[in-house]
Amino acid sequence: MSAIPADPNVTAVSATPRTETNYLNADWSIKSWLLTGDHKRIAILYLVSVSFFFFLGSIAAGLIRYELTAPAGFILESETYNKVFSAHGIIMVFLFLIVAIPAILGNFLLPLMIGARDMAFPRLNLLSWYLFMIGGACIMGGMINGGVDSGWTFYVPYSSMYANSNVTMVLTGIFIAGFSSITTGINFIVTTHKMRAPGMTWFRLPLMVWALYATGVVIILGTPVVAVTLLCIIFERVFHLPIFSAELGGDPVLFQHLFWFYSHPAVYIMILPAFGVQSELIANFARKRVFGYHLIAFSSLAIAGLGFLVWGHHMFISSESMYQGVVFSLISFLVAIPSAIKVFNWTATLYKGNIRLQTPMIYALGFIGLFTIGGLTGLFLGCLGTDVHLTNTYFIVAHFHYVMVGGAVTAFLGGLHYWWPKMTGRLYPESIAKWNAVLVFIGFNLTFFPQFIVGFMGMPRRYHYYYFAPEFQPYHIMSTLGSSVLALSFIIPGLYLTRSLSKGAKASANPWGAHGLEWETSSPPPTSNFDQIPVVLDEVYDFDPVTEHEQDKAAQALEVPSYLSNEAKSAESEKEKR
Amino acid sequence: MFSNFPATPPQASSFSREHDLIFYALLALTIIFTVMVGIGVIYFVIKYKRGSDADRSRPIYEDARLETAWSVIPLILALIMFYFGTKLFITMRVPPADAQEIFVIGKQWMWHVQHSNGVRENNTLHVPAGKPFKLTMISQDVIHAFYIPAFRAQMHVVPGRYTTMWFTPTQPGKYHLFCSMYCGTQHSEMGGTVVVMEPREWANWIENGGQSQASLTLEQSGERLYKQLACNNCHGAEDNMRAPSLYGIWGKKRTLTGGRTAIADQSYLRESILRPHNKITNGYSNTMPVYDGQINEEDVLKLMAYIKVIGSSVGGPSSSGTDTAAAVLNKTKGTMSPFAANAIQYQNSSMRRVDSTPTTRSGELAVNAIAAQQEAKGN
Repeated sequence: MSAIPADPNVTAVSATPRTETNYLNADWSIKSWLLTGDHKRIAILYLVSVSFFFFLGSIAAGLIRYELTAPAGFILESETYNKVFSAHGIIMVFLFLIVAIPAILGNFLLPLMIGARDMAFPRLNLLSWYLFMIGGACIMGGMINGGVDSGWTFYVPYSSMYANSNVTMVLTGIFIAGFSSITTGINFIVTTHKMRAPGMTWFRLPLMVWALYATGVVIILGTPVVAVTLLCIIFERVFHLPIFSAELGGDPVLFQHLFWFYSHPAVYIMILPAFGVQSELIANFARKRVFGYHLIAFSSLAIAGLGFLVWGHHMFISSESMYQGVVFSLISFLVAIPSAIKVFNWTATLYKGNIRLQTPMIYALGFIGLFTIGGLTGLFLGCLGTDVHLTNTYFIVAHFHYVMVGGAVTAFLGGLHYWWPKMTGRLYPESIAKWNAVLVFIGFNLTFFPQFIVGFMGMPRRYHYYYFAPEFQPYHIMSTLGSSVLALSFIIPGLYLTRSLSKGAKASANPWGAHGLEWETSSPPPTSNFDQIPVVLDEVYDFDPVTEHEQDKAAQALEVPSYLSNEAKSAESEKEKR
Repeated sequence: MFSNFPATPPQASSFSREHDLIFYALLALTIIFTVMVGIGVIYFVIKYKRGSDADRSRPIYEDARLETAWSVIPLILALIMFYFGTKLFITMRVPPADAQEIFVIGKQWMWHVQHSNGVRENNTLHVPAGKPFKLTMISQDVIHAFYIPAFRAQMHVVPGRYTTMWFTPTQPGKYHLFCSMYCGTQHSEMGGTVVVMEPREWANWIENGGQSQASLTLEQSGERLYKQLACNNCHGAEDNMRAPSLYGIWGKKRTLTGGRTAIADQSYLRESILRPHNKITNGYSNTMPVYDGQINEEDVLKLMAYIKVIGSSVGGPSSSGTDTAAAVLNKTKGTMSPFAANAIQYQNSSMRRVDSTPTTRSGELAVNAIAAQQEAKGN
């Protein structure tokens, strides 16, 4: 670093007063963004593109909810309705959930958290974004050019022999996007193994890194299977290669085995990083080391491992053998335990903490509640006897939305708010964001809780009409009302976060007084992340709630707004420690 | 109010109660754990909120005993629920030996049900309460799923392989039948009704080829209509001052006003029913109302069939049309092969499928018809 000030030209041209060079303003050209190897810029590229896809997926969701308010629909034909719910599922699963936390927050944070200058393979990282965009373009192309109506699960022989829609193109898109996942996974694993800063031992890793590492493992083991499976559908559809379709001599149930072998672990690709975010938020806003750090770290790995052995619980009634069902049910009950442990540990972390109820923390606390319900309702479906009635109904729809939206999306929003100052160097308006976090919680429950009831009553999923069962309607009306609240609560952050990019107050290096290497560099960080590679001497989440409390008291006594003084102090004390 | 706003599905099979017990046990666990976690979170947040003077000394970061406790207790509860769930599942999947078999074929977008005695139905399933049934199912195209929420019974229907499900209905009534596996454009409309009947009612139903009452012949329907439209008020057994008798009119030469003649054939009868003023029988005045636009062609055919038989050579002129009709029915059955009779039965049942309330009985004539049919069988 000492070489730069020695060059008079560079200082004269680039060093404008009071503005440090960071990864955002280092180079403004479009080329510098599209050819960047910087993990932070790639994360921003992902943020923009994934937000766009989320927007599209949400519009589809809104259409579905609006249509279901009436037993015989309002504006859509059945064929269109089927294309809309397929679009919602495909976009949300493949272009939002699987990508959101790992590729946005994970990409941005992993090197910062372990004290590295970048990912292990920066160009592979960029390639992953391009693959994602090509895949996304294929999927969108297929949807615009006629649409696809096979649902995101692509069950054969419907998808391979009967669907008249644009299945091949969309499958090609998912196939390509899968490789984007794989490259991200490889980067996570190699970076965690090889790029940790001196002193950053495995058990000093933030739990977010553990979660991303486990996610990487799941991605690498699972994604190739689904890629090949989807390729098989394409071959059967285009060349009539007999693989799955009974009329060609194949086996349709084989497809379900292969598909769920990936798609169940894919649930963990979506939720494990959310667990990581959750652990960061709880620890940093309770100002306390996460309770049972080791158990949480290992339960991430246990979930990643056991998650590969439960795919059959999607197939209890799909003609798999009864004994197979029993075994899969048992393992499914076992995989619930590590998740339960996490919930208890997060709750216990709050004990004797010094809790700040700022926006990210409100999301984190909401996550605990929603994920608890989402996880426990999973038991109804892992339990063989009740699954027979509840599977394929709105009960299952409500369950996975509690896990995916209540869990993954809530964590994503919490994490986005938490790291927003680090990513953009700006603060968002705190009070509006706080109330919005509460609104997300309310809107979410209003939307999805009625679906549990209507599911228990027997409303099958993917139904356009239910005029023959008008008793379902009140619940659909409630759900639709809730979804409009939820939609509002997604639009508001979009607005204030965008506005904060130009109008928001400048963020300090560590506006939360949080602990972690990412907070020790400037906000936003320089392209190389750290001026000097840090040496880690203290344990992870090294907070002391008692001292913090005393500092608060002292600050109050001085009648200085504690909000300012505490941050300054904690930032100072952190610097002194090193 | 709550009858219009149900929150639970009806319980109508032998599985329903056990299923719901497990469901509510799981629900109780869910509520207990959620409330526990919720109270814990809220309590800690209030107590240890920044600035509160709670005791924060000696915090705990790991505690093997505590962590073991909250791993093992949920594990034990989970295994208990696993046991009961699995027990019910095995019951659901192993049909008893005495279960009567019904075949189900799924295709885009209808259910085709074949009872073992040959009765077939589409998008409905009639079963009696208290008797176990085993459904053997297969799909003709894509994967469907046969789902009866009130029975807590659901199973995929797969092309290329047979799947089975069984149940013992317990509560007479009508219940939803859904296809619960997405199968294409009209997926949501691939369903219908499961009708659970009293055993005696069902025995009657299956005996009558899938109807609560024996299906009416064209002549019988005609007779019913003849009375409904009050044709018999004027056209009695004998000529009277208002109208000529229609007994034995078929094929006869009629003398009209003005001396014209006409043969009483199909077109004559049709014309005289719809526009009687065109061909008035000699000696009568134009008093009969016009039925053109009042009844449809099907009704005309029925009336004509009845008019053909009253006073025909089959049973000779008789005072009761029912007897004649029964005789015709008898004759039809006698000359037809059993196979053809079955075919007619199927045709009738499919024709009448539109009327989806075969459980209701109405009209004395139906009772007469059944009696007549039984009498005919006795012969």
